[in-house]
Amino acid sequence: MTAPAAPDTDVPLPELIVCPQCDAAYRLKKPQHGERAVCQRCHTVLISPRRNAGLRIIAIALSVLILILGAAYFPFLEIDAAGNRNAVSIMDAALAFGGGPLIVLSLATAALIIFVPLARVLLTLYVLVPLVFDRPPAPHAMAAFRLSEAMRPWSMAEIFALGCAVALVKIADLANVAFGPAFWMFGALVVLLVAQDSFLCRWSVWNALEHPKRS
Amino acid sequence: MVCMERAGTSEKIVTAREMGVVACTRCSRAWPLGRTVCGRCGNTLVSRDTDSLQRVWAYWLMGVICYVPANAYPMLRTQTLFVKEESTIIGGAVELAEYGSWGIAFIILFASVVIPLAKFWAIAFLAISVKTRTAASSHSRQLMYEIVEYIGRWSMIDIFVVAILSSLVQLRTLASITPGTASFFFALSVIFTMLSAQAFDSRMIWDVRTRDEDAKKDE
Repeated sequence: MTAPAAPDTDVPLPELIVCPQCDAAYRLKKPQHGERAVCQRCHTVLISPRRNAGLRIIAIALSVLILILGAAYFPFLEIDAAGNRNAVSIMDAALAFGGGPLIVLSLATAALIIFVPLARVLLTLYVLVPLVFDRPPAPHAMAAFRLSEAMRPWSMAEIFALGCAVALVKIADLANVAFGPAFWMFGALVVLLVAQDSFLCRWSVWNALEHPKRS
Repeated sequence: MVCMERAGTSEKIVTAREMGVVACTRCSRAWPLGRTVCGRCGNTLVSRDTDSLQRVWAYWLMGVICYVPANAYPMLRTQTLFVKEESTIIGGAVELAEYGSWGIAFIILFASVVIPLAKFWAIAFLAISVKTRTAASSHSRQLMYEIVEYIGRWSMIDIFVVAILSSLVQLRTLASITPGTASFFFALSVIFTMLSAQAFDSRMIWDVRTRDEDAKKDE
């Protein structure tokens, strides 16, 4: 058997799917709902459609949106030691690096834990709402989804949540710490963000954007 | 779990490159070789990113350079009633261990010393391995790459701990914590290492294997 070196023209290009991790090419075969199509060589998940994934993601995204705004605004943690009290919101924590050269770090932290997740939720809603309700995609929907995908590694809410746990242990014997409403909101937020990411099948979104339904 | 049908006529897995097509790494659509922009998602198309390694090494070096001051300068400045203290990453962990919090000390040492160093080593190993022959199989190197990409973000945890502590512990004269210079360099080091891992074109891991197999066939 010889591997084809020249362009293999017997498969039309739109019917090919190529693993982004290892470049293995496959004939497109859309799996059933709940099944996953996996690269045979490096086991990267290529397609993972789920029933009603779009609606579920929109529902999750809406609750995430409300929780982010709430979690950023309400007090997050409260500390009490010998009569001295101090309550902080997540924005206070993000901006802790304060003035001077560390202001850059403040802005970066605020972006990583609030603004990037917020932007991703808004972009996801913008892209998915027309698709799920069988309407033509919103203008620049592809650019929006691309931006949202590019921001994915920089959305660090779940890491911030674990950071809270470590910080709490560190100051537990120094002072009494009380949880504000934002703490619980943020906890729910992290769970929802992870769920949202696992429901989203990227290939299906690209495919739907490429072949919009006529309404 | 469904396996995809192979695109080639043979039993062997055929890569897009061997078929004379170029694939989009973002939306996995195939295009004729020579096309530069994906018609579906607008991503830049390259069959193999030849400049990838240069970018990997550039970011890698920046990450390593920033990691040095991140350990040399203090991460936290703690001021209690009478004592003013500055502690580095390792110093802080040692102090915790002395107080008996072995678990936390271990987590901090693991997250901010072991993982960053392991990441530097792994990225360097991967970048070198696509240029030379290695004993490690493509599968294990792919796994290694995925682990590095996944774990990279978690190093930011240190920065977040510093942010939470220094905003929360502001009890006027009783105790206050302020972030030190090291936090800035540590964050930079994490960000550069993430960029370095993202710049790596993992398809190169599998090319070397194909080349080796061809060489074996010729013998």
